[in-house]
Amino acid sequence: MRFRRPGAAPAADDAADPARGIELRGVGHRYGERVVLDGIDLTLTEARVGVVGANGSGKSTLARLLNGLVVPTEGRVLVDGLDTRTQVRAVRRRVGFVFQDPDAQIVHPTVAEDVAYGLENQGVPPGERAARVAEVLARYGLAGHADHPAHLLSGGQKQLLAIAGVLVMRPARVVFDEPTTLLDLINARRVADVIAGLEQQVVVVTHQLDLLDGFDRVLVVDGGRVVEDAAPGPAVAAYRALMALR
Amino acid sequence: MTLALYVPGAGVVHRLPAAVKLLALVVLAVALFALPSVAAAGAALAGVVAVGLLVARLPVAVLARQARAVVWWLGALLAVHALTTDLRTGAHVALRLLTLVLAAAVVTATTRVSEMVRVVEALCTPLRLVGVRPARVGLAVAMALRFIPVLVERADRIRAAQAARGGSARGVRALRTTVAPLLVQVLQMAHDVSEALDARGADDDPSPRHRPQEAP
Repeated sequence: MRFRRPGAAPAADDAADPARGIELRGVGHRYGERVVLDGIDLTLTEARVGVVGANGSGKSTLARLLNGLVVPTEGRVLVDGLDTRTQVRAVRRRVGFVFQDPDAQIVHPTVAEDVAYGLENQGVPPGERAARVAEVLARYGLAGHADHPAHLLSGGQKQLLAIAGVLVMRPARVVFDEPTTLLDLINARRVADVIAGLEQQVVVVTHQLDLLDGFDRVLVVDGGRVVEDAAPGPAVAAYRALMALR
Repeated sequence: MTLALYVPGAGVVHRLPAAVKLLALVVLAVALFALPSVAAAGAALAGVVAVGLLVARLPVAVLARQARAVVWWLGALLAVHALTTDLRTGAHVALRLLTLVLAAAVVTATTRVSEMVRVVEALCTPLRLVGVRPARVGLAVAMALRFIPVLVERADRIRAAQAARGGSARGVRALRTTVAPLLVQVLQMAHDVSEALDARGADDDPSPRHRPQEAP
């Protein structure tokens, strides 16, 4: 099992301790009376962590806990020692989040403007912002689309734009929630290649099991609990066995 | 559907601050109505076209598309005035409208949305006194422009799905059966977008001195 790779430098925060990784301590979550997560205790320090599970198993809620989009109704989630309940802004600067549907993530009309959005929120000066936007667009093959309307991009380009909009903020960790579900094979492979090439710690929630090849650790979530926590081979085998029983 | 009309360029019109271009648009509008002359309106139209094609170097298609969008209105104005006043007055009114439409097209084709949004934010700054956050207003404007084509696409998908199952693709009934599922999708998307805004630091909202002063 590998340890966490050195990620891009996050915003300075004296209280943060990157060696601690992501910690979930006695985490449970419920929507009203419905329990979606229960009794989760994890420490995620590996470079590549996968999360699999059936629809409704609680894996997307688990992903949303990691950058404070969801605050647990029980227990605590700590990122580099920062509590998502009390230090959510600092946490979100350290943990980027890529959603399944890029159309819901792209908020500005044109490509470059959308990538710049997160940097504007961080107060990055205009000169540096322009350079970082240009660099990330070039890295993901979108340089020629900088001034194009975002809604005219293909599905794969939109997902790359959504990823670029997160990575330009240089988070130390990135959570992907089913990033290839809406894509064809070619674009799914492109996104998988992008994920594989990231320096950051990556947590990927997915139904596409081959995306987990080469990962360090895979969690199988079922009924709101982590029922398997192992290397990809045994974890995926356990997941297949679990689904075969349904 | 193309709402984003910006045409990349590096000429003098593109480099002018958005506030200057918008102010010029306002001045032109006032001048057109202050000068009661067909010749003046015609000269203004020629000037706008010259600025758009020769100075800003916009493709003819950009201006032609905007002119086509109002051609029925222009025809209707001419017809109404021909019946109620005279053709010359109708031509005058139609020229004013066409000039303003093309001038607005030149401004939007040479100005990034982000620059327009900054002007909106600046105009909203006094509203801070009553608790309004100008950055939020600017974001709302940008998001409105971003999501109109997305919603049109979603509505088209709903209509296609209904047509595939034998539903009516046109008429009042189709409109009625499209609105409810579209509303559900819009609410779901609003939730997803709010999560995405949170994830990208929307709450950080830097102070005005950290707001961007130039386009990316």
